[in-house]
Amino acid sequence: MTVVPNMPKAWRIETKPHKFCPGCGHGLVLKALGEAIDELGVQERVVFGCDIGCSLLSWDFFNADTVQTHHGRTTPVMTGIKRARPDRICIAYMGDGGGYAIGAQHLVNAATRNEKITVILANNCNYAMTGGQMAPTTLPEMKTETTPYGRDVEETGYPTQGPEMVAAITGETAYSARGTVANLRQLKNYLKKALQNQIEERGFSFVEALSACPTNWSTNAKDTWHFLEETMPKYFKIGEVKVPVKEAKESNTSQGNHTKQ
Amino acid sequence: MSMPAVELEAKTQRKQAKPIEGVKKVFMTGNESVAWAALAAGAEIMYGYPITPQNEIMHYWTRLAPRYGKQFLQTEDEISAGFTTCGGVLAGKRAFTATAGPGNILMQESMSMAEMLRLPTVVIVQQRGGPSTATVIYSQQETTLTCFGGNGEGLRIVYSSSSHQDLFDYTIKAFNTAWKYRFPTFVLGDGYQAKMRESLHIYDPAAKGIKMEKTVPFVGQEGMPGVDRAPAHLRNTFNTEEELLEVITGYVAEYQKIAPEIIEYEVIETADAEIVLVAHGIVARAAWAAVRALRNKGVRAGFFRPITLRPFPAEQLRKAARTAKKLLVAESAQGQLLKLVQEALYGETVPIATYLMPGQGITAEELSDYVMELRSNKTNREGGSR
Amino acid sequence: MENPVKIALAGEGGQGVQSVAGIMVEAANDSGKEALYIPNFGVEQRGGVSVAFCQIGDEKIGSPKFKKADLVIALSDRAVRRTRQYADQNTVYLYDASIKGVEDGLPQEAKKVMAIPALEIAKKELHPRVFNVIIMGAAIEATKIVGMEQAKKAVEKRLGYKFVQNPKLRELNFKALEEGAELVRAQEA
Ligand SMILES: Cc1ncc(C[n+]2csc(CCOP(=O)(O)OP(=O)(O)O)c2C)c(N)n1
Ligand code: SF4
Ligand SMILES: [Mg+2]
Repeated sequence: MTVVPNMPKAWRIETKPHKFCPGCGHGLVLKALGEAIDELGVQERVVFGCDIGCSLLSWDFFNADTVQTHHGRTTPVMTGIKRARPDRICIAYMGDGGGYAIGAQHLVNAATRNEKITVILANNCNYAMTGGQMAPTTLPEMKTETTPYGRDVEETGYPTQGPEMVAAITGETAYSARGTVANLRQLKNYLKKALQNQIEERGFSFVEALSACPTNWSTNAKDTWHFLEETMPKYFKIGEVKVPVKEAKESNTSQGNHTKQ
Repeated sequence: MSMPAVELEAKTQRKQAKPIEGVKKVFMTGNESVAWAALAAGAEIMYGYPITPQNEIMHYWTRLAPRYGKQFLQTEDEISAGFTTCGGVLAGKRAFTATAGPGNILMQESMSMAEMLRLPTVVIVQQRGGPSTATVIYSQQETTLTCFGGNGEGLRIVYSSSSHQDLFDYTIKAFNTAWKYRFPTFVLGDGYQAKMRESLHIYDPAAKGIKMEKTVPFVGQEGMPGVDRAPAHLRNTFNTEEELLEVITGYVAEYQKIAPEIIEYEVIETADAEIVLVAHGIVARAAWAAVRALRNKGVRAGFFRPITLRPFPAEQLRKAARTAKKLLVAESAQGQLLKLVQEALYGETVPIATYLMPGQGITAEELSDYVMELRSNKTNREGGSR
Repeated sequence: MENPVKIALAGEGGQGVQSVAGIMVEAANDSGKEALYIPNFGVEQRGGVSVAFCQIGDEKIGSPKFKKADLVIALSDRAVRRTRQYADQNTVYLYDASIKGVEDGLPQEAKKVMAIPALEIAKKELHPRVFNVIIMGAAIEATKIVGMEQAKKAVEKRLGYKFVQNPKLRELNFKALEEGAELVRAQEA
């Protein structure tokens, strides 16, 4: 019973076991994030913001200053902190509903302004906390509480391609990628690169993580895994979509100097 | 687009089928009864965004609506749900939305536009705890927000339901009030009403002699604008203070004129009452049960329940208060109903005791105990508060 | 018992507390009584103690929640700790006999405290899945809110579609109801 699993140092042991359902992907995303924070040695500087959605259950997850904000509003709250305290590493953590629906304007504009924050988004193809309604990422034909006969793409369009959208509108010095909780090593690697981009004050960084929600998918362990590993990646391609142009900052400044002369 | 004849026929049949025939006794949740009421009222389209404790209105609607040729759109948030509802109404449809808490906040922008454009929008609110995201459970803390949430004068109609029967009756009525008077109309429920199960009668409005008000499009009428008919030029911006004042004064006068037709309330056993319990919504049930228990003990207690919170039954409350020795205002908020009561009673001298429990339910037992406590504590001149 | 009868049923998610509460109040409603049922709910989809608040009476019910229950049934140690607040000297308090180490959490002041071996009977004699139906049997016996026949009808109404495929399930569920009632009768005798 009292075996302490291998926990990232940045985790707050007192609040474990965590509050997510068994088999939930959120805990895995936060494991990869905890390890990334550990390996970069930035725990002391982290300000963690969580959205409303199941991500809110992480409000006391880390030994890091944390703000639980409103549904969709974590990106602007973290932006506000970062602008006022550039020495902090500001991480906004949210779901696909929070990031791509109600908070889409914030994601779009933060990316466009190339805000030096890191946004991490758990994509579980539904609104989990409210009991499984359609999300922007719900797959075609997928049944949810508000698409009881399956998602009709004629009526509601296709799943949002988040990292691709961010990559298209953000600056040259930004980072955008999609990982999955089915490959934690890779996800951690993406998260490290994203945080590194912020640490080096290059620009915006965004990582979407494909994540499991067995409760609302009503799946057993096998089917959960199948959906995560086989079905989701058909619509959501795993990989880096944008990596910052190296030394972009320096070359930009010298260029700037150049034109002034 | 051509449609095969059979399909077309099936579609028209679907449209004509009545969701409810006659009157039927059922046992269901409040959210379910709202969905049935909207169907029965002939609502044509729902726009919505998920939020607890309102979700099941959408869940039932998305299951039922297609069977009767009705539509649903899940929007990207409540700002959009409110404005798309305005759009549906502008197009002449009986359109509605449902929300709660932080979603209700986001809808204030669109409902402010609805006030200015006099759009007959219908919004069902299932209150939850606040401020902020707070609880997903229950409160009566959206009273002020729902009555006065916009940057204006609160030219809206707000029905506060206290049972599933109310939810059903007033959802139907909300469509009629909205379309008749052209003020945004709200049915104010709460998380308890949303989620609990109890019995009620659902019905086809026609079976009760209720005629649904006709709906008329604000835009997109037949004919060439400027030739066959005047174009619709709807605006919410005015150039001068005087212009705005004139518009608002007209709206306010109209609102005041129709208020007596709209106002609804319930008053029981106040004539000889030493104490009158004032409560709205689900708390009114506890208050009414407390009054009965008190009467059984020989305590002369009375009951007043505003059903419309906007417009407020001020005259009727004054009348009930004049003969009472004391009022007790009970609500699951820190004095939002109380403000309405105080405004209505301005100038009266009856002491007002309070029982305020923001975000928490109130039971009949605690109210009757509190009344007994107030009576034994005769030195309490202020009226007592909790 | 009081009118309306107030029942708080509490257990872990997955113990089926809410579904039997639903069947029970429906049975009462179908028999012409007034019934009101509300589940507790919060932001956590899983993991919390699940409580069902039921009231059954002859007239329209007042407030949906209550401070003190006539009958409390607790099905886990956490449920015992959570429901203690609903018991007073008028409460009959039932808990499952398999719950250990909660003696200090039981309401000493209650009218009656009974441990019933519902889980054991479900596992050994019937089927673990009908544990909650045994509990329903116990609840109706302890409160007499509806008769056995009415209870069976309500079970049939809710689960009938499953019985069509497998008629043995009907027998199993009805047996569970009766065993539950018997557990309470045995203690009351
Ligand atoms: C303004 C507002 N609207 C709606 C809600 C209700 N709400 C809470 S969580 C949520 C959806 C969560 O979905 P997602 O962001 O995908 O996160 P998940 O739970 O799936 O991880 C919604 C709609 C809210 N809290 N605030
Ligand atoms: S509902 Fe889904 S996303 Fe939320 S905690 Fe449970 S499994 Fe995770
Ligand atoms: Mg999600």
